Amino acid sequence: MAGLELLSDQGYRLDGRKAAELRKVQARMGVFAQADGSAYIEQGNTKALAVVYGPHEVRGSRSKTLHDRAVINCQYSMATFSTAERKRRPHGDRKSTEMSLHLKQTFEAAVLTNLYPRSQIDIYVKILQSDGGNYSACVNAATLAVVDAGIPMRDYVCACTAGFVDETPLADLCHAEESGGGTSLALALLPRGGHIALLQMDARLHQDHLETLMEAAMTACKGVSKVLDEVVRQHLQEVSALTGE
Amino acid sequence: MRDTPLSNCERDFLLKAIQEKKRLDGRQTYDYRSIKISFGTDYGCCFVDLGKTRIMAQVSCELITPKENRPNEGLIFFNIELSPMASPAFEMGRQSELLVKLNRQLERCLRNSKCIDTESLCVVSGEKVWQIRVDVHLLNHDGNLMDAASIAAIAALCHFRRPDVGIQGEEVTVYSTEERDPIPLSIYHMPICVSFSFFQQGTYLLVDPCEREERVMDGLLMIAMNKHREICSIQSSGGIMLLKDQVLRCSKIASVKVSEITELINKALENDKKARKTGGKFGFAESLPQERITALKTDVSHVEMSDVKEKANEIVQRAEVPPQTVPSPVLTAPGTGQVGEGLENSWGLKEEEEEEEEDETVELKMELEEGHEEKGRGDVVVISDSDSEEEDVVILNQVTTKEKASSSNQQGAVASKQQQKKKGQ
Repeated sequence: MAGLELLSDQGYRLDGRKAAELRKVQARMGVFAQADGSAYIEQGNTKALAVVYGPHEVRGSRSKTLHDRAVINCQYSMATFSTAERKRRPHGDRKSTEMSLHLKQTFEAAVLTNLYPRSQIDIYVKILQSDGGNYSACVNAATLAVVDAGIPMRDYVCACTAGFVDETPLADLCHAEESGGGTSLALALLPRGGHIALLQMDARLHQDHLETLMEAAMTACKGVSKVLDEVVRQHLQEVSALTGE
Repeated sequence: MRDTPLSNCERDFLLKAIQEKKRLDGRQTYDYRSIKISFGTDYGCCFVDLGKTRIMAQVSCELITPKENRPNEGLIFFNIELSPMASPAFEMGRQSELLVKLNRQLERCLRNSKCIDTESLCVVSGEKVWQIRVDVHLLNHDGNLMDAASIAAIAALCHFRRPDVGIQGEEVTVYSTEERDPIPLSIYHMPICVSFSFFQQGTYLLVDPCEREERVMDGLLMIAMNKHREICSIQSSGGIMLLKDQVLRCSKIASVKVSEITELINKALENDKKARKTGGKFGFAESLPQERITALKTDVSHVEMSDVKEKANEIVQRAEVPPQTVPSPVLTAPGTGQVGEGLENSWGLKEEEEEEEEDETVELKMELEEGHEEKGRGDVVVISDSDSEEEDVVILNQVTTKEKASSSNQQGAVASKQQQKKKGQ
């Protein structure tokens, strides 16, 4: 969109943030009683809901069973009211299948699947409101849900997006910044070891800027991980207070 | 049809070989297989051979109404199809994960990077625009489909010519190929994908994995770049954990490879242009590789000859020294006579003197006689009470323990000595 200044001269973005500032993150765990684990996260205006069932026996085709580890089954969907225009999204279209594959890949790297051979872990994520950073919100919500379900993981999986405008990296893009045609990099990180579980980038970026962009995304992910850690500890305190331990 | 699973010993072999930096086809870690690009008879048809992986791309166009929010931009549509012709694992009509992954990656690599000027595809703003459709078909699967598909797609787009359009007031005329020459598309840059496969939790890295290597890999990193060193797309897949400097190193390798491949595409386009002008042969039939023995043209295959001499020397030195002389190859078996050899006959008709002589000649003949044989002979005591053959008792020394106390006479003793010699040999 021409004429929209993504980064003003004073260093302010469209919503008034500075270049490296993240949006406000609010999260709750244990939202549903029925599921083994559930979480809800709001990153700015993006709202995502994640639900985890498992580990349980492999449903559907028995042939998918792996003898030495658990199968992770992810499903990503967007609510029809999530975008500015109401769009009927058929299940199984290419974009949601791709997102589901990416989520599956991310969590296969993080969850200790070899503790649950011959079983299946289901992760369902739904976007209730989309304002940029869909994938990151999904990953963060799913991390909290997996922690809520009590499934052991190597580390928190934190995801964040980053962009590049006027030689400056921007952290945590909103929808206008993403679709403006500039660069956007989505990164899923395990903060303690600095391991990248998923790296995805679109649109042109000169090779020399790649390092700065990745650094900015990794710093943003580490910031998100601190917030998630806080949320988990607080939830644990609440739950233990309620059960009187 | 399900794909045959990879056996454990094959998997172990591949992983071990990769640890020792050896690949199945003798390539180095960062080497690509040989790439051949050829074009079909129509404009926009391109065949790419990446080793044995064979892919065909076809570009076509038609006039449609544009999207509402982008009234003066044309549309590009990508479609990859995995036909069962390529591999028994692919089934027709089912959208597998691999198919979705390849399609999305190709779309992101070529569409989001804006390599084609979509505004030049507009005919009448808001009413008629060109829709360019790129169909990519996989003909043979031998690994690294993404790279081959991206090369084929971009080469086909560069090769394609769309019909010329004339606008007079409200009327739009589309000229056919005979009336006016078709126009090429305006392409800003050529993004090429380079795939890196990771093994053993990211310790080992290979460029351009073949099908076997793809089966044992942990994960894949795909980087799409153009020759101006701009990264068009990065995508990591598979459950691997990467480190930041691994990604940066891969991007450096990718920039080198991409410039080579872009050169190759440009050369192929030029060759095709020349061939069309001069009326030479071009098209699918010409692009098929001649692999029969009776064909006059074959590819140059490289044989590693540099250290053959040293290896041969090593082998020769390490070999054992062959035995100097070969004893008489004649083996005497008991009860057989050797015609013309003059050996001892064991019929028991000769007298002792002749036997003694023959003993000596026999000794001379057998060069491998050991010392104890003579001693054994000296220790032989023959007690012959009578002339009958059967009642002689021969007492032999313990040296020749294999002997049975035979009831034959001395000749029998000599024969048995010969037997023992034969056994000793």
